[in-house]
Amino acid sequence: MVDIFLDEKFIGSVEDANKFVSDIRTSRRNGDIPNTLNLHYDEGSDEIIVETNKGRVRRPLIIVENGVSKLTEDHIKRLKDGEFNWDELVKTGIIEYIDAGEEEDCYVALTEEELTTEHTHLEVSPITILGLCTSLIPYSNFGSSSRLIRGSKIQKQSLGMYSTNFMNRLDTDSNVLHYPQKPIVKTFMHDILNYENTPSGQNFTIAVMSYEGYNMEDAVIINKGSIDRGLARSTYYKPYKLEELRYSGGLRDEVGIPDKETKGYKSEKDYRHLETDGIAYTEAKLNSDDVVIGRSSPPRFLSGLEEFSVAANIRRESSSYLGEGASGTVDMTYLTESNAGNRLIKTRLRQQRIPEIGDKFASRHGQKGVIGMLYPQEDMPFTESGITPDIIFSPHSLPGRMTISHVIEILAGKLGALDGTYIDAASFDTPSEDDLRARLLELGFRENGTETMYNGLSGQRFKVKIFIGNIYYLRLKHMAANKLHTRAAGRVQLLTRQPVEGRAMGGGLRLGEMEKDCLVAHGASLLLKERFDSDKTIFHVCEDCGMIAVYDNYRHTAHCPRCGASAKVSPIELSYAFKLLLDEIKSLGISPSINLEDKF
Amino acid sequence: MADIYDKFSDKLPGRILEDIKAKEKLEKLTTVELTKVLERVSDEFEKSKVVPGEAVGLVTAESFGESGTQMTLDVFHFAGVSELQVTSGLPRLIELFDARKIPKTPEMEVQILSKYAKDEKMIRKVASKLKELTLQDISTEFSLNLMKGNIEVKLDLTKVKDFGFTLDEIEKTLKEKLKKVNVRKLTYGFVFEAPEGVFELTELHKVKEKVKEVVVRGIAGITQVLPVKVGSKTIVKCAGSNVKDVLAMEEVDSKNVTSNNLFEILDSLGIEAARQTLINEGLSIIEGQGLDVDVRHMLLLADLMTNTGTLKGITRGGIAGEKGSVLARASFETPIPHIINASISGEVDELKSVIENVMVNQPVPMGTGLPNLVFGVEKKTKELKTEDKKENKEKIKK
Repeated sequence: MVDIFLDEKFIGSVEDANKFVSDIRTSRRNGDIPNTLNLHYDEGSDEIIVETNKGRVRRPLIIVENGVSKLTEDHIKRLKDGEFNWDELVKTGIIEYIDAGEEEDCYVALTEEELTTEHTHLEVSPITILGLCTSLIPYSNFGSSSRLIRGSKIQKQSLGMYSTNFMNRLDTDSNVLHYPQKPIVKTFMHDILNYENTPSGQNFTIAVMSYEGYNMEDAVIINKGSIDRGLARSTYYKPYKLEELRYSGGLRDEVGIPDKETKGYKSEKDYRHLETDGIAYTEAKLNSDDVVIGRSSPPRFLSGLEEFSVAANIRRESSSYLGEGASGTVDMTYLTESNAGNRLIKTRLRQQRIPEIGDKFASRHGQKGVIGMLYPQEDMPFTESGITPDIIFSPHSLPGRMTISHVIEILAGKLGALDGTYIDAASFDTPSEDDLRARLLELGFRENGTETMYNGLSGQRFKVKIFIGNIYYLRLKHMAANKLHTRAAGRVQLLTRQPVEGRAMGGGLRLGEMEKDCLVAHGASLLLKERFDSDKTIFHVCEDCGMIAVYDNYRHTAHCPRCGASAKVSPIELSYAFKLLLDEIKSLGISPSINLEDKF
Repeated sequence: MADIYDKFSDKLPGRILEDIKAKEKLEKLTTVELTKVLERVSDEFEKSKVVPGEAVGLVTAESFGESGTQMTLDVFHFAGVSELQVTSGLPRLIELFDARKIPKTPEMEVQILSKYAKDEKMIRKVASKLKELTLQDISTEFSLNLMKGNIEVKLDLTKVKDFGFTLDEIEKTLKEKLKKVNVRKLTYGFVFEAPEGVFELTELHKVKEKVKEVVVRGIAGITQVLPVKVGSKTIVKCAGSNVKDVLAMEEVDSKNVTSNNLFEILDSLGIEAARQTLINEGLSIIEGQGLDVDVRHMLLLADLMTNTGTLKGITRGGIAGEKGSVLARASFETPIPHIINASISGEVDELKSVIENVMVNQPVPMGTGLPNLVFGVEKKTKELKTEDKKENKEKIKK
């Protein structure tokens, strides 16, 4: 007897497990039982597991009986004519959904040719073993799996048209590519996903070579001429929002140009773009520190009496302004209401982003890199026919990563560009590479895609033939303009008096533990001290008890409150963080003391 | 010629002088040339010495740390021999530096004396003497008789024959190793009885487990053997390690026995042997990964780990927990217990090492921070008096 478990609950047992399982499956295919049910017989534990729960991952497979696929040419024809649809295929028991458990009982053929009588199912298409993003990678069966994963991740970061109504949207940090193109080398998944109406990349002319050394370690060289013609140009949108909040006691925020008496008033110049309603006018060109929306707030923490005092009437400045390094043009302003019923102002800034050194680019094969150099078109290498590449890609990126798909795409892209055709490069059933080569040869090009090229700077011919072709390249959302950051002096944290963290705060650049070790290893002791000087403070220490003394800033004297005025107090230089450590040790109930001693 | 060497005897170590002497004869150098050579060599020697204030410990740590990032985290399996696997790369290096009591995959290499390794048959015999064979390996069934309170073991008689045992031999070893149990021989196996007649029920299971593990032949702990010929030598590679018992075997060349179990080496051969094993193992791991770390880093580390006469790992309980400074210990691991314990004994931190000085923002006593310049201000004389206040008395330990 074999026990049956329905959704992990014991419901009974049967004599012949295999017959039971196949009976249930037959009636499911006939439509007597909902097709959301899956079951399998686990021989190891000798039980039948039936699942109807939600949350199982299932995938469609074509049913095979006696080595013959149930999906016939006739079905396909009727599907094409629109007489038939997917749901009917499922209802009539041609296609069924299998979950991870039932998959154990199945023997699935990848293609129709390899069907034998033992097979129970057939893949709808070999490409269904891949996910949505991965199936958008051309020639993915020629690439290594880890690169395909990276390629899928990269496609999610690429700029394109993320939504057709982007003009009316206020997404934080959105990017739109200016002239997106259909990929020359594509898979049929592009058609299914309607990719070509909202593409997210451009077809670049690529040369695989090293040139002047600016494309080493995954960097790429880009043709300045191409960029001036609009290659990979994009617009960056960023909304600034502000709400007119209401506080207790009838107090409320006021959107408008703040009064000069307002606490924290910036400067007249910073408010110059604001109109009388306190919002920067459309098409105003703003730079860092400029106010986008002006606002003043009532003073905080009012107690009953202060409400009537003069000082209490001073309002606080709480405008929304551009951060360090930011700039842009006011694109659009929305006036609306927040959920709480307050007036809500959203102003969207737009900025044209022309590719510059440090911007990130990638092909669809996990080959990502940043721009190392922009060369003017006249300095780029050129072919005999005068073609200069848009991008120069380093050959060192290929052997270790084994992205053969990248190389084949260049070849196929070249053919497509010369031929004026789109090349189908879906996984597993693509025309062979030999075919591509033969067609390229027919067009009068070298079959391996290489061409004689000349150095753009010297005019000399390169001794080797350069592999040049076309590839679909993606501009990724990581741009240097959003990340560039420097600091000499600036804000510090209240607690530790060390520089604050992060670019948005204008924070410091950390010299970490391992960097510290390097300085010590070089014996650069004084340099190390200087680098860690950011929180140095002069403390007065009582020489009797070793505690930190009190310093009177008016009289410029220090005394130890514990030992009295007679105790000798001396100034020492310490990091503030160490003083904080001493305080924390004190809070443990331990009294640490500093014993002073002449250094020499 | 000899007097030229005498001149340099205090500048260069004897071994380098010996090397030059050997080369000099081949090259037929003149006196002038030889002097020049020696001068150049002693200049180079002087340059390559570690200068006072060099952070040798930190450079050692960096040298291992940097190459550690490139090591594999995998455990390799020998092709063909599924049981013989070796921990290598970073896991093994960590194991070594932490001075773990038992390595994850203990190994031994045992050289067999040539008179016992004349042909394949002899070698195989020695190898089988090394490999542990438990009673479980040659028996088919262990049955507990609850009524009689004894254990009956059925032997696999064909296996017994294959291994060349007789039942009497097995009985003898069993009697030797199981002193508290009575062993009775049957035609097909043995019966184990309590001396008083009947085992307690709880005891019965314990005895059964014990009986299973009795080593009837070979050396306890050695689970796999693989004899290999290296040149003229015959070496048996063993999975598992038991230095003490292997050294006692007469077939074994006791001068050529290695193990990767540091503590077994320490127990049977002493601290110097353990230190050398540590160095050899450390270097072979790094070499095995195709990396290159200077021997002197390994030497420094091995000296640090063994200089107390016992093995100490670079852990909280070992070297790192014994630092002189409270602040340095607190910055490594578990700060609060360190600070509390220091306060109980009223410890004073002299701020003599690196981490403490980084914490209080003072120059670290390394490199340029080491020497001090002292001169009398009041006297206004031009006599400057330099004084190296802190000689590099203690090497910085890290």
